[in-house]
Amino acid sequence: MSSVLYDTPGPRAKQRNVLLSVVFFVLLALLLWWVWQTMDDKGQLRWALWKPFTESQAWTTYLLPGLSNTLKAAALAMVIALPLGAVFGIARLSDHQWVRIPAGAVVEFFRAIPVLLLMLFANAFYDLYTGVSSEQRPLYAVVTGLVLYNASVLAEIVRAGILSLPRGQSEAAMAIGLRKGQTMTNILLPQAVTAMLPAIVSQLVVIVKDTALGGVMIGFTELLNTRGTLAANYGNVIQSFVVVAVIYIVLNFILTSFASWLEKRLRRSKKSTGAVLGADDVEDINAGEVGGTPATGAGGGTI
Amino acid sequence: MFDFLEGYDVLGAFWTTVQLTILSAVGSLIWGTLLAAMRVSPVPLMRGFGTAYVHIVRNIPLTVIIVFTSLGLADIFGVTMGSRDFDVQGFRLAVLGFVAYTAAFVCEAIRSGINTVPLGQAEAARAIGLNFSQTLRLVVLPQAFRSVIGPLANVLIALTKNTTVAAAIGVAEAALVMKEMIENEAQVLLIAAVFAFGFVVLTLPTGLIFGWLSKRLAVKR
Repeated sequence: MSSVLYDTPGPRAKQRNVLLSVVFFVLLALLLWWVWQTMDDKGQLRWALWKPFTESQAWTTYLLPGLSNTLKAAALAMVIALPLGAVFGIARLSDHQWVRIPAGAVVEFFRAIPVLLLMLFANAFYDLYTGVSSEQRPLYAVVTGLVLYNASVLAEIVRAGILSLPRGQSEAAMAIGLRKGQTMTNILLPQAVTAMLPAIVSQLVVIVKDTALGGVMIGFTELLNTRGTLAANYGNVIQSFVVVAVIYIVLNFILTSFASWLEKRLRRSKKSTGAVLGADDVEDINAGEVGGTPATGAGGGTI
Repeated sequence: MFDFLEGYDVLGAFWTTVQLTILSAVGSLIWGTLLAAMRVSPVPLMRGFGTAYVHIVRNIPLTVIIVFTSLGLADIFGVTMGSRDFDVQGFRLAVLGFVAYTAAFVCEAIRSGINTVPLGQAEAARAIGLNFSQTLRLVVLPQAFRSVIGPLANVLIALTKNTTVAAAIGVAEAALVMKEMIENEAQVLLIAAVFAFGFVVLTLPTGLIFGWLSKRLAVKR
C-alpha cells in the first residue's frame, strides 16, 4: 500500500517492516506481561474480585441504575439544548446586527467556559434561589450545565449546517419570492437538519462523557458515582473501573459508529445536496475556537 | 464588593490551572506525536496499536481516567510519582491522566494534518529523485505542520478547559477553589463571573493568536 509518506514497500523495506513488527511485538508483549504481573502481585486478578460482575446483583443494584441516570441526563440535556441551539444558531445568521452580535457573544462566552464551572454554578444557584429538593438538585444542576454548554456548541453546529448548504438553495428560494423566514423554515432548515444529524449524534458522545463530572463533583448518582458505592461494597476498585470503562467505551462506540454510518449514508444519498457535518467538525467546535471560527465555516476543511 | 475574594488564593488557583495546561500540553504533544507516527507507519502492528489506543481512550470520559489515577494507580498500585506530598502527587497524577487522554486527540490532529498533504506532492518528490527522509523533511512535513496548527490549537483550548477535571482528585486549581468559595460565600453570581472571566482570559488569546497564525501559515492550494 502506498501513502503520502511512503511508497509500496520493496523487498528491503518489507524486510525492515517485518523486523520492526517483531521488535514492537516483543515490546508490547513485555508491557502486557509487566501489567499482568503487577496486577497479580497486588492480588487484583483474584476471581473473587471479578465474580460480582457475573452475577445480576451488582448490575441491578449499582451499574444499571447508574447507567440509566447517565443516559437520562444525556438525553434531557440533548432534548433541551437542541431547540435552544437552533434559536441561537439562526440568530447568529440574522441580517440584523442587534440580533447577531448578542447571540454571538452568548454562544462564544459559554463555549469558552469549562462545563464543570457551569455545573457547580447551577448547583449553587438552585440551592440558594429555588426550591428544588436536594435529591433532585444534582440532576437539575448536571442537566443545566450540560444544556448551557451544549446549546452553544449546537448553535455552532446549526450555523455551520446552514452555511454548508449551497448558496443556490437560498438564492432559488429568494427568486421564487419566499420571505427570509420562509426560506429558513421551508428550504434551509430541513436540509440543514439532515446535514447536521451525524454531528448531533457525535455531540451525544461528548454529553455522555461529561455527565461523569456531575457524578464526582456534585454527587449525581450516574455510572461513575454508583461505581464508587459498588467498589466500597465489594472492595474491587480496579475491577469496577475496568467494567465501567468498558461500558462507556461500548456505549460511545455504538454512538460513534451510528454517526459515521449516517455520515456515509448522507454523503452517498442522491436526494440531498451532499452537505454533511461530520464528527471532525464537532471536535473543532467543542474546542471552543474563541474569536473567529475558521474551521467551522461554510464547507471549510473536511466537508 | 469584591471582599469575598479575601482568604482565597484565586490567582494561585489559576496559576495551577496554567501549570497543569502547559505541562500536559508538552507531554501530550510528545506522546501524541509518537502515536501519530505509529498510526501512519508502514508496520501493521504499530498502526493497530495506535488505532486501538486512540479509539479506546477517546471513548472513556476524562473524569474516569483522572479519578482512576488517584483511586487506582496511587491507592492500589502505590504509584507515588516521586513524591509523598499529597498535593504534589495529585498534581502529577492529574498531568499523567491529561497526557494519556489528550494524546489521543493530538494524534488525530497530527494525522489529519499529514493527510491534508496531497498524494501528488510526495509522488512528485519521489519522481525528482528525493529519498524518503528528503521527501519527509523538504516536502511533506513543512506542509503538514502548517495545516496542523489550527487543530492543535483547538486541542490546547480544550485541554485548558479540561484541566478543571483535576478538581475531582483534589488538585487546588480554579474549579476546586470555585467550589469551595461557592459553598462558603453568598455571592454565587459574582464568584461564577470571576472564574468565568478567568477562563475567557485564558482561552481567548490562545484562540486569537493561533487562529491568526494558522491563517497566516495556511498552505494555499
